Amino acid sequence: MSDLKKIIYNCRQATFLIEKRLLSKLTFREGIELHIHLAGCDVCKLYVKQSQKINEMVKQLLKSGTSNTPNLDGDFKEALQVQIEDKLNNNKL
Amino acid sequence: MTDQGLETHQLDPKNWVKNYADYLYRYTITRLNDEEQARDLVQETFLSALEGVGKFAGKSTERTWLTAILKNKIIDTYRKKSSGLKMTEADKSETGQQDFFESDNGHWTKEHAPQSFGIDSADILINKEFNHILKECMEKLPALWLSVFTMKHIDDEATDFVCTELRISPSNFWVIIHRAKLNLRACLQKNWM
Repeated sequence: MSDLKKIIYNCRQATFLIEKRLLSKLTFREGIELHIHLAGCDVCKLYVKQSQKINEMVKQLLKSGTSNTPNLDGDFKEALQVQIEDKLNNNKL
Repeated sequence: MTDQGLETHQLDPKNWVKNYADYLYRYTITRLNDEEQARDLVQETFLSALEGVGKFAGKSTERTWLTAILKNKIIDTYRKKSSGLKMTEADKSETGQQDFFESDNGHWTKEHAPQSFGIDSADILINKEFNHILKECMEKLPALWLSVFTMKHIDDEATDFVCTELRISPSNFWVIIHRAKLNLRACLQKNWM
């Protein structure tokens, strides 16, 4: 019972379980503990929402990052092309 | 799509730069955020691929095959960046985390308790300024944390795989995921409010 009491009031442990739940599965006991904590803790309820949103944003950043990032510069690509062709030619000999 | 299983893919190294250099470069930049290092890794990927042409079985597309080679190199970089830092980072984070919660009962401290800060608005996902702050906040995370975070969130890797590749224990993995998110959220709140 004392363990249960600890989690009911412990936001450190609750946020740990929130993160675990977002990526994996909680044990039955962990699920109950978190449920009870969230029933009485508005701050952690807000944390749940924000944390989910941050995950979405990180994924979104990847997509936008991929379209916004500048390409490789032309000189570098040219040098790379030469390097590859040299290597191909050497292998033939 | 129907003949996917039958199709055998061919390699065409002469067109690699033209077809994939930019793609591989952007792939790396997103995960390492270092232009010079990204250039080096693209180069190394093509060179390794040339060496390994004989091992290509034609089962995947050329792009998938090259990306897999690059991915291994990125993970190597994560490992190098984060090894040797582990102990000091863990120490620092112990003290760093005490700011978030009261040490005796685990309650949020007053100054770090989450508050609404407008990340719930619908258009936040396409807000450039916000993305910029998010990026900066991610860069502030210790190298090992960012590696774990990126592998898990951007690449959706299995937890076991992340642990093995970065040589951390599963319990350490969850501690890092937790702390990385606490720090990231706090940084966003601080800079966006």
